[in-house]
Amino acid sequence: MDGSDIGLWGVPLAMLAGAIRVSTPFIFVSLGECLTERSGRINLGLEGTLMMGAMTAYGTALLSGSPWLGVLVAASVGLMLGALHAALCQLPRVNDIATGIGLMLFGTGLAFFLGKPYIQPKAPNLGALDLGGWSSIPQVQQALQVNPLFLVGIVLAFALAWALKNTRWGLIVRLAGESVDAALAIGASVGRVRMLATAVGGAFAGIGGAFLSLYYPGSWNEGLSSGQGLMAVALVIFARWDPIRCLWASLLFGAAGAISPALQSVGVTQGYYLFSAAPYVLTLALMIATCSPARSLRGAPAELGAVK
Amino acid sequence: MIDRFNIGRRALLGGAASAAALGLAGGAQAQKPLVVGFIYVGPRDDYGYNQAHAEAAAVLKKMAGVKVVEEEKVPETVAVEKSMESMINMDGATLLFPTSFGYFDPHMLRMAAKYPKVQFRHCGGLWNQAKNPMNTGSYYGYIDEAQYLAGIVAGMTTKSGKLGFVAAKPIPQVLRNINAFTLGARSVNPKATTQVIFTGDWSLPVKEAEATNSMIAQGVDVVTCHVDSPKVVIETAERAGIFTSGYHTNQAKLAPKGYLTGAEWQWEKIYVDFVEAMKKGGVPGNFVRGGLKEGYVKTSPFGPAVSDAAKAKVEETRKGIVDGSFAIFKGPLKDNKGNTIIAGGTTYTQTEPVLEGMNYLVEGVLGATS
Repeated sequence: MDGSDIGLWGVPLAMLAGAIRVSTPFIFVSLGECLTERSGRINLGLEGTLMMGAMTAYGTALLSGSPWLGVLVAASVGLMLGALHAALCQLPRVNDIATGIGLMLFGTGLAFFLGKPYIQPKAPNLGALDLGGWSSIPQVQQALQVNPLFLVGIVLAFALAWALKNTRWGLIVRLAGESVDAALAIGASVGRVRMLATAVGGAFAGIGGAFLSLYYPGSWNEGLSSGQGLMAVALVIFARWDPIRCLWASLLFGAAGAISPALQSVGVTQGYYLFSAAPYVLTLALMIATCSPARSLRGAPAELGAVK
Repeated sequence: MIDRFNIGRRALLGGAASAAALGLAGGAQAQKPLVVGFIYVGPRDDYGYNQAHAEAAAVLKKMAGVKVVEEEKVPETVAVEKSMESMINMDGATLLFPTSFGYFDPHMLRMAAKYPKVQFRHCGGLWNQAKNPMNTGSYYGYIDEAQYLAGIVAGMTTKSGKLGFVAAKPIPQVLRNINAFTLGARSVNPKATTQVIFTGDWSLPVKEAEATNSMIAQGVDVVTCHVDSPKVVIETAERAGIFTSGYHTNQAKLAPKGYLTGAEWQWEKIYVDFVEAMKKGGVPGNFVRGGLKEGYVKTSPFGPAVSDAAKAKVEETRKGIVDGSFAIFKGPLKDNKGNTIIAGGTTYTQTEPVLEGMNYLVEGVLGATS
């Protein structure tokens, strides 16, 4: 058998490769949103944070020559945007959904405006680890080129799940999200907890943006996100506010997004518009399958969306 | 209500502007510049479609007595009508170039009816003398000629015989490029095939990268594209170490090793002609078409991987296209479902209107139009 022709096996392999390549921004943004929402705050502005992260990471990598410095700057910008959202939401009678939408538009607009000079130049790339060296099949080698940020994302998902469950810090975050009275009773400052959780969540989203502009697809332009930040926020609901499920959901979205090009490349060419819609169809199907009136929002933090 | 207020404000501002112009008219009346408006659907520095137009607009800016106004990232909605109105009323534009496909119908036609003294020229086709007003028109380049030449280079360079084409939507202009590229490749390498992947829209960076990667996984070793910004496709292919053929503008800088050649626009030729016509007191042509011969399109300089044999073959074919002795679409030609599209003995010259309604993929293309 010719080593370069693996026929229909290419489809599951391409979906695996797609999951590895495409899912990282989903992982980071959904983990950030998960942390924020567990503390009782919604941040819909992460799409804007993602774009700002992507733009600043690209600009920094271009000017300094170091892509990892770009990731760091993207995280700091995300941290600041998250803190801004948290600070605004702490003002009396401010609705966090409206603020989030405002910051989403602000972040994307600012990223487009400041990012103008970075559309043309070519910044250094983050690079990948070759984990497929054991295989002689080029497709497998290609699929297993893994960016370190993907691995960081996986570790982060497990670490976040463990910390929320087992540490005092995690307990306080959960308390802030579930019952403000209980949090106050043990002497925690709900405002400060939410401020930190939102800021750190923003930093995660910033890193997700850095992945987009510095690794895959690996250049800055205005269509870069095409709504991935918003989809990741929706993923959190789908994942029932559980970091590990956020990870699986992100991988599933990445794989579903790879179906359309993968099928076309092996010759299944009819109805590619339909396959392009696969991630959304999948979400709807899973939502319907997992929802029931008896436990429609199980896992949702009780304080979420309450306007103070 | 809001709309009425808008028009009122615009009329007011327009009135104010003309009043101001009257006040200043003393010395400047003799050399009132020709104001030309350009509208782009994306950023004008995208290494692609919009940049090709913006580069030509930059040439016009250097002409004496011409003022260029530009607006970028204008969606193909009523937003473009507002852009056109503001260019006409506020800037005094008398020649407008809405460059994106979806601007034409109904937006540009509506504005043309409202402002009969302004000349509108649309890039891409569809203008019909029987149906459309005479102050509108269309221009386009036969870029499939350059794609055919790029296909020859690709066919002579590929080792696997598998070529890849990342395309946005199956509209006639895109299909014509895919077909010309494939025919070019198969004229020198009859076993070559072109795998086409449609992403569904003009600018979807993640999908474009994913499409390129899945073709690389299938053994494709030369990839080209028809999307608004080829940057992502070219960079992804260069990182994987395969060859690339550019589109819209020269992308050699993005892929110093793998860039073979590319099909590029030269809009400045058309725009300068149009502006000259306006300055002489006439109007630009209503239906302007041209290819390699007229200088509306060209190929990028050859990259380092192109063999001398391929260069010679390209130059020979180029000569044939320019002097009219060679036609790309001629019978017998079959589509990739086995139907005969052009019967033996029939030859379509580039100006043939049938070609502008192309809705098939030729034999050798792996893919479908729906």
